[in-house]
Amino acid sequence: MAKFLRGLIAAGFGGQGVLLLGQIVAHAAMKEGRFVTWIPSYGPEMRGGTANCSVAISEEEIGSPVIPHPDCLVIMNQPSLAKFEEDLKTGGVLLYNSDLVTYPKPRKDITVIPVPCNTVALELGNEKVANVITLGALAAASDLVTVEGCKATLAELMGKKKAALVEVNMTAFDKGVEIARKALG
Amino acid sequence: MGKRFLMKGNEALAEAAIHAGCKYFFGYPITPQNEIPEYMSKKLPEIGGVYLQAESEVAAINMIFGAAGTGKRVMTSSSSPGVSLMSEGISYIAGAELPCVLMNIMRGGPGLGGILPSQSDYFQATRGGGHGDYRLLVLAPSTVQEAVDLTMLAFDLAEKYRSPVMILADGFMGQMMEAVEFNETHMDGLPDPAEWAVGYMKQRGSRALVKSLYLDPEELEAHNWKLQAKYAEMTKNEKRHESYLADDAEILIAAYGTVARIARTAINELRAEGVKVGLFRPISLFPFPYEPLEALPKSVKQILTVEMSCGQMIEDIRLGVGKDMPVSMYGRVGGMTPSVEEIKDQVRKALGR
Repeated sequence: MAKFLRGLIAAGFGGQGVLLLGQIVAHAAMKEGRFVTWIPSYGPEMRGGTANCSVAISEEEIGSPVIPHPDCLVIMNQPSLAKFEEDLKTGGVLLYNSDLVTYPKPRKDITVIPVPCNTVALELGNEKVANVITLGALAAASDLVTVEGCKATLAELMGKKKAALVEVNMTAFDKGVEIARKALG
Repeated sequence: MGKRFLMKGNEALAEAAIHAGCKYFFGYPITPQNEIPEYMSKKLPEIGGVYLQAESEVAAINMIFGAAGTGKRVMTSSSSPGVSLMSEGISYIAGAELPCVLMNIMRGGPGLGGILPSQSDYFQATRGGGHGDYRLLVLAPSTVQEAVDLTMLAFDLAEKYRSPVMILADGFMGQMMEAVEFNETHMDGLPDPAEWAVGYMKQRGSRALVKSLYLDPEELEAHNWKLQAKYAEMTKNEKRHESYLADDAEILIAAYGTVARIARTAINELRAEGVKVGLFRPISLFPFPYEPLEALPKSVKQILTVEMSCGQMIEDIRLGVGKDMPVSMYGRVGGMTPSVEEIKDQVRKALGR
């Protein structure tokens, strides 16, 4: 049997929380006993520029942490869709921020899940949790990490510094799970 | 298994140094290693240590010179252009036989270059960098866990040989997160700083003079032979390397650091296609592990060196294998990283497939 090996790329504008989203996934996968690597795109970036990170999750020690063909894509802005859409593996999962991104001709060989994460975040009263909504949707729509494990990791990481924000983040995560499950039918 | 942490390479290097007993950091910011001083600036004051941002790399390395003279565990970190600025001081520290740990998280050069990963300071690290007949003991990690383990080892080796030890990594390694654990080790039989460092007047009964100046040429020559004897001792004891699937390989990839792990994936994928390819990965760059190259498995017909440079480590590979073994080179530079596909193509090309 082929060994478990998955790649995630999360991409968006700087400030949308894509790097943190990737870190939480990596953290949760590590807690589930897997090898993980997380790499950011780092370079001479500026505010409002694009940011992305790549997360590899494996049963075995990871060689190259670069992910040319991800199994999962999280797309938070339009330029990232153009940049990464065609790299996604057949059978992969693509989640996109449907408040900011239009995806008129989705690929037929992948699972596409629109996530209105900004709208839902505003409904929850905190626009900063948009990435956590997307994280919940990702956990539910993919086999990168378990939904419970990912939520527990999120709570742990939030709890360290931002105890007051744990509740809204938990609600946001659950909303994301709900959105993905509804989309998957 | 101990507790595992998900940490950036830079943060893990800093935390490993603290675990090794380093309480003093002097440095100057430069990308892509800024998380090291950032981490130290937060942690060292909490444990009664000192973090000091100097006015330049030149000042920082001379602060290291002074602090190392007390026999305490001290370190600095920088990236390529910053290490060039430090080179004069590093030569003084080597000449004065002081232990310290230096980290170079390499970026593309020459000159100010760029901020993305590179391995183009191999010559600088392994051939001195500064003036005079000195060597640094140079360790090159390939994973964040190895970076942690080698950092702890580096502090012990620095004391064992009373010599600066360099951790040579690149921007990729500095920015990447992996799971790590901190297993503290302790080397036995390290020399007591009271024998040589300043500040032990009472115990020793005599003052310590820390210097690299020897105006009498006979004295300076003797001092040089003493240093050389120490480097010979390092060469005998401290060579480290890893071989992966080398025993039946037709072609060996030689690579270190980040590139070695990318090569490992290429090797696994090529092996799945039936291509007999293996890896030779030096972990200590000085002393360089020549012996495995001098006694390669009979199956090995050629070497492909892959570096994020125009060809630097390849010179040590050639020294090891001799003139009869074909050695080719694939390099990406300026902040570009060789991909798994590129390495696979190079192997196929080398084998004529």
